[in-house]
Amino acid sequence: MFRYYLRLGILSIRANPALSALMVAAIGIGIGACMTIVTIQYIMSGNPIPEKSDQLFHVRVDSWDPAEPYDEPNEPPEQLTYLDATALHAAGRANRQVISFLSSRVVQPAGEDSKPFQTQSRATTADFFAMFNVPFAHGSGWDKSADDTQERVVVIGQALNEQLFGGENSVGELLTLSGEPYRIVGVLDEWSPVPLFYDLNNNEYNDPAALFLPFSVAVAGEHGSAGNTNCWKPIEDGGVEAFRNSECIWIQMWAELPGEAEKAAYLQFLDAYVEEQKLVGRFPRPLNNRLDNVEEWMDINEVVDEDVSVLLGLAILFLIVCLLNTVGLLLAKVMKRTKDISLRRALGASKATLFAQYIVEASMIGLAGGVLGIGLTWLGLRGIENLFSIFEFVQKLVVMDWVMVLAAVALAIVSALAAALYPTWRACSVTPAAQLRIQ
Amino acid sequence: MLQMNNVSKIYRTDTVETHALREFSLKVEEGEFVSVTGPSGSGKTTFLNIAGLLEDLSSGTYELDGRDISKLNDRERSKVRNEKIGFIFQSFNLIPELNIFDNVDVPLRYRGFKAPERRKRIEESLELVGLASRLEHMPAQLSGGQQQRVAIARALAGEPRFLLADEPTGNLDTNMADSVMDLLGEINSTGTTIIMVTHELTLATRANRNIFVRDGSVSDGPGDLQLAAVAG
Repeated sequence: MFRYYLRLGILSIRANPALSALMVAAIGIGIGACMTIVTIQYIMSGNPIPEKSDQLFHVRVDSWDPAEPYDEPNEPPEQLTYLDATALHAAGRANRQVISFLSSRVVQPAGEDSKPFQTQSRATTADFFAMFNVPFAHGSGWDKSADDTQERVVVIGQALNEQLFGGENSVGELLTLSGEPYRIVGVLDEWSPVPLFYDLNNNEYNDPAALFLPFSVAVAGEHGSAGNTNCWKPIEDGGVEAFRNSECIWIQMWAELPGEAEKAAYLQFLDAYVEEQKLVGRFPRPLNNRLDNVEEWMDINEVVDEDVSVLLGLAILFLIVCLLNTVGLLLAKVMKRTKDISLRRALGASKATLFAQYIVEASMIGLAGGVLGIGLTWLGLRGIENLFSIFEFVQKLVVMDWVMVLAAVALAIVSALAAALYPTWRACSVTPAAQLRIQ
Repeated sequence: MLQMNNVSKIYRTDTVETHALREFSLKVEEGEFVSVTGPSGSGKTTFLNIAGLLEDLSSGTYELDGRDISKLNDRERSKVRNEKIGFIFQSFNLIPELNIFDNVDVPLRYRGFKAPERRKRIEESLELVGLASRLEHMPAQLSGGQQQRVAIARALAGEPRFLLADEPTGNLDTNMADSVMDLLGEINSTGTTIIMVTHELTLATRANRNIFVRDGSVSDGPGDLQLAAVAG
């Protein structure tokens, strides 16, 4: 019967082209508006490392001002001091641990005609690549001995490798950064997690740094932080050394902890560390250490802007308005067809049979509305892209993947079915006798 | 066969109660051709709608082939309508978007027949009404008489035991009406029970028996004798 219903649906749509087109347009516009916002929210809130996001924990210890919390109501700072970051990293109590900060280097290409340029670098430790499942096109990250010996090695991103070496395998080549030679040990494959979960306190929609080099090398070379730095008490005189010994926070730390037991043990370790530091006069606030996995950390940082949630609410309301219009249009269509419905009842169609017939027809309208909605979503995203073209990160938020395409079609069909329920019920409740007799 | 005992049908609004049928009793035996006559508003069509399971009765009993119809749910009632009853309406009630073949096909679809069986039945029933060559025509391309023949073919395709006809010739001229009545006579001669509502006494004479309905009940009105006079 399904094929028969499909055929009847096509005939019905053909018989009422204007009404059908209006319904498709109402659903399509509603879906288009809704899915444009949903797509942006979906990308903003997407899990950038789903395979292990529940095993990666952002580390926070409350080294902040005793007079007031870092953030209300009682949030510890989002970064660590140099003293704490290096001590916790050196303790090596997690399966993997990474400390890092954002910096910048001047790249000096080898050719005489090429001009030097400044680019972002990330100073980090050896576990970074394995911990965050960073894909390599050539070579690999450095090992722990490079951290220990302050070896001048570097991993470069795909774009920088393309720019400097035409995309060829550049592992083993020397790269001059701010006047110092570094040996390239790895070239990344395409990698651009959205959001940039491991450094949410700088712009969460930035691309990863163009190059990665050992934390120890950056510290020894006095690479300045290009990320956020916050201090709750003045830095004593003494230059770089004084800054490193200060209570300024500027380093991010992550720990890989595969299970609840490991997480509990690591939190215990953090508490013990802080208690120990209290003995030397640091950490004046009560114990307030935190381990947040990737998704928790994204929530805390409100990666999805509140405005987007408001927009999403409005878009859903708009979709509901469109669906109410569709209900009205479907009702008009059904009322035009009461005679057909009555006749079919007289010829043996049960209410359930007619319900199925009309639901199939509504699904066809919904499918057409979904296809239109996908087109309008694409247009909406292009509109946002053009409107906010000065912000590079917007490019990352206006991408429609197959999940969103399927979601648009599914939402359209579900919406059409929801809109069809009442008119279909009305259709099936028609008293056949009243419609069949014309004298 | 078809038996109604003390059937009443009351239409209610907030302020008005209308008794369309009152204590209506009737028995129709298998193979009969019964005409139902009476003045406008007497309840003829209400009787036919109840007989065809298109409306519920308010009180009384209605048995069709020994089954108490009031105990059936919607699915069962639809099945009875589909398998045992064929309808012929005054206004033909063909579906304008479907061609003749597909119009006759409608009840067979709901019956669940496979495509070859449906095709055979459609062709045979259209052959019977003399329209086998018009399978692909749309209803609008046929005359009124031809459309009513298609409606009869649709009613017959499922081989129903009962044919309920509501003013089947009401929209036809005399020649076409005669031709349709001849066809109904032929169908009845094959054993199909026919109940035909009409207000034309001349047509009622073509039936074996006439029921006169007045004020919602079977009445003594112009019975068979009077019909005989009309025929004479």
